[in-house]
Amino acid sequence: MNTTGVPLVEVIGLTKRYGDTLAVGGVDLTVLAGEVYGFLGPNGAGKTTTLRMLTGLIAPTAGTIKVLGGRPGSPEVLGKTGSMIESPAFYPYLSGLDNLRLLAEYAEVARARVDEVLELVDLKERARDRFSQYSLGMKQRLGVAAALLKDPELVILDEPTNGLDPAGMRDMRRLIRELGSEGRTVLLSSHLLGEVQQICDRVGIIDGGKMVAEHNVEELRGEQELVIRAQPLQAAYDVLAHILGVKVHLYDETLRVQVDPGRAAEVNRVLVEAGVAVSELHSTERALEDLFFELTTSEEKVDVG
Amino acid sequence: MLGSYRAEVLKLRKRSAVWVLFGAGLVLSLIFGYLLPYLGYVTGEDNPQVDGIPRDQVLAGMLPARVIDNTIGGYPIFAGALALVLGAIVIGGEYTWGTLKTIFTQRPGRAKILGAQFLGLATMIAVWVVGIFITCALCSIGIAAAEDGSSSWPGILDILQGLAGGWLVLMTWCLAGAALAVAFRNVALPIGLGVVWILGIETLLAGAVNSLLPDLKFLSNALPGANAGSLVFAVTGMATGDAPPGVRDAVGGGRALATLLAYCLVFAGVAVWTTRRRDVT
Repeated sequence: MNTTGVPLVEVIGLTKRYGDTLAVGGVDLTVLAGEVYGFLGPNGAGKTTTLRMLTGLIAPTAGTIKVLGGRPGSPEVLGKTGSMIESPAFYPYLSGLDNLRLLAEYAEVARARVDEVLELVDLKERARDRFSQYSLGMKQRLGVAAALLKDPELVILDEPTNGLDPAGMRDMRRLIRELGSEGRTVLLSSHLLGEVQQICDRVGIIDGGKMVAEHNVEELRGEQELVIRAQPLQAAYDVLAHILGVKVHLYDETLRVQVDPGRAAEVNRVLVEAGVAVSELHSTERALEDLFFELTTSEEKVDVG
Repeated sequence: MLGSYRAEVLKLRKRSAVWVLFGAGLVLSLIFGYLLPYLGYVTGEDNPQVDGIPRDQVLAGMLPARVIDNTIGGYPIFAGALALVLGAIVIGGEYTWGTLKTIFTQRPGRAKILGAQFLGLATMIAVWVVGIFITCALCSIGIAAAEDGSSSWPGILDILQGLAGGWLVLMTWCLAGAALAVAFRNVALPIGLGVVWILGIETLLAGAVNSLLPDLKFLSNALPGANAGSLVFAVTGMATGDAPPGVRDAVGGGRALATLLAYCLVFAGVAVWTTRRRDVT
């Protein structure tokens, strides 16, 4: 992380309403210069709406946004920002090359830069093919190429690995890491939590239109938790949550317990005394995935029956 | 602005639908301006196509002196409908393809981009007008040579005035299509509504007002089609009997010019105002 600590994106109380529907409700978000920031949340959480407001595509109902010290959507800010919001959208009858050329005209960027970004996303050989003939992965790479066209200080990428094959995803991860190491600021929205944990310096998690957590990924890596496989699962959940009073959540037919691994023997004893058969109990490093599900899945929604 | 304009011209130049529409306008102009009259001319005065008009008069209508009549005579209705379709597909396509978010996140502001789109459309309409004029001129020269007709041409100012008038008529309909596309964020609905208006509703309204409500004539004379027809009538100076459908002297040339310019400003203004204020979702 090459962050200078200077906030490049500052969002306070960002709210967007569509009639009675609250799409984003009072989000606070700060992205520091030089960091790769992961913006996470389940479908419909308000990620894309927030990113659209950061790029000036939609106007907030309330709240303030400062991007690169200016108003989102202003020519000065757009000139230093590259973005790919939701699915990449280009003119289907034009080639990838022509699509980038015309964006270079709009953005007042030299034509030579078009070749550079095509090379960067490994699309040079198919650059003269029509966009409508591209695979989903190629469209995605063209979208990233367009985002990098202006050699931007701030890159906003919404699900950039959508539709990419494993090799393409690996390349995209490498590219995003390179962007970060070059000192660019990257705001990345993704569903792939493992990927975000690998790439990002900090993560923000949004759920139901509200920011529920902001974490430093390095700090997260140091946290430990217990993984328990037990029967009956519901009884085990009740004992842990209500008798021991610890935070528990269900993941992949196991219970993840936020407790010091040194208390493993105590946890095991309490479960056995309550008539629960424990078939597995071990400690593990807490993953971003665990935090994500813990924050975005309410207790009522946990079906342990 | 220049970069955005170049981008718009690139998009228009490479879009086959733009050239298909131009081709359709050209073919219609040639069929109604030359092919049908020429067939009538060579098959004699009894041909119902020429409706008893003397042969030398039919020939005169195809000679270089009448080239402007044949170039822009179909603009108020047929070519106007094609220009409306052009405006609707170019602006509406940005909504259906979702490309608005791609271009609005580049450097220029929304108003500048839309302004560049209108300039691009104006350029393409000029190419249409000049292209149809050149083709009509070649047909006139060919017919004059084949039938030993007069090769006298209208004055250069008359030609320029005719082409400019024709351009304004097409531009008005093109901007109407663009404004409808912005309003409906779509392609199909603006085309449907616009074409039905040009080809049917306005003519029906004018007919109903003339026969049933003559006091409301001032309203029907303020409609874009009536003014488009009047401007073409004024700049060509054609006789009422020779005028193709939609071309008539409903209002004077000066008033028609001012009204069409006002329509252009209103259509462009509504499109820019709406685009600047609206969320791009």
